[in-house]
Amino acid sequence: MKIAIMKLGEVLITALPLDLIDEDAMGFQTDLLHEINLRDAKGVVIDISALDIVDSFMARIINDSASMAVLLGVKVVVCGMQPQVATTLIEMGRELLGVEAALNLDLAMQRLLQRIDDE
Amino acid sequence: MNSPKTANIQAIQIAISSQADVIACRKTARETATAMGFGLADQTRLATAVSELARNALRHAGGGIFLVHAVQSDGRNGIQVLVEDKGPGILDIEQAMQDGYSTDRSLGLGLPAARRLVHNMQINSKPGKTTICIDIYLPQ
Repeated sequence: MKIAIMKLGEVLITALPLDLIDEDAMGFQTDLLHEINLRDAKGVVIDISALDIVDSFMARIINDSASMAVLLGVKVVVCGMQPQVATTLIEMGRELLGVEAALNLDLAMQRLLQRIDDE
Repeated sequence: MNSPKTANIQAIQIAISSQADVIACRKTARETATAMGFGLADQTRLATAVSELARNALRHAGGGIFLVHAVQSDGRNGIQVLVEDKGPGILDIEQAMQDGYSTDRSLGLGLPAARRLVHNMQINSKPGKTTICIDIYLPQ
């Protein structure tokens, strides 16, 4: 299953679906980097509000995708983490997620556009 | 004697041989937790721990068996999950329980992470048979 990556202005918007299998998650990582490069994006929002479980593998995919995107020179905000997912991630180990986060897509877009403007 | 809460909970077994089975295991664990009256946070803890264990069985042993059932301990109702595989086994359990220890490219957080999410975790491992058992209990 391919995950849609949409462009709005200078920002790529994508949402991870529920019950993503590992191969598709890794495919997403590759696709995202490719799209950033191809479409001259300045920012990326990754919405994870559909995920009711983020295990260590999924946390790594999210973390790595965001870090790789930052290396390409774009701003990244992850948004919409469910509260019980945040609880679980912190209990599992604090090193699991270290990306910039926002409560929801609206706030993520605001933050991202602000940061792109600041440059 | 089982309380009404545990009496209606059926043991469910799933053979793990694909990613879809891993997802089925964590869904089943969550549904069992919901049926027993666990809150959203504990449902998520259990489902996440199951995801780690089932994925490990698939990745390191090519598959395994998942079993979930209701348990009672010291008068508390809970859920026990067993994940068993016929893989090479965990050579050094103490080492595998340390953050960052990994035999593949993962972060090596799976087992210690799962341990932190549940009340009890037991590992029995030898080449050809590894059984990991986790328990989570309802608040008294």
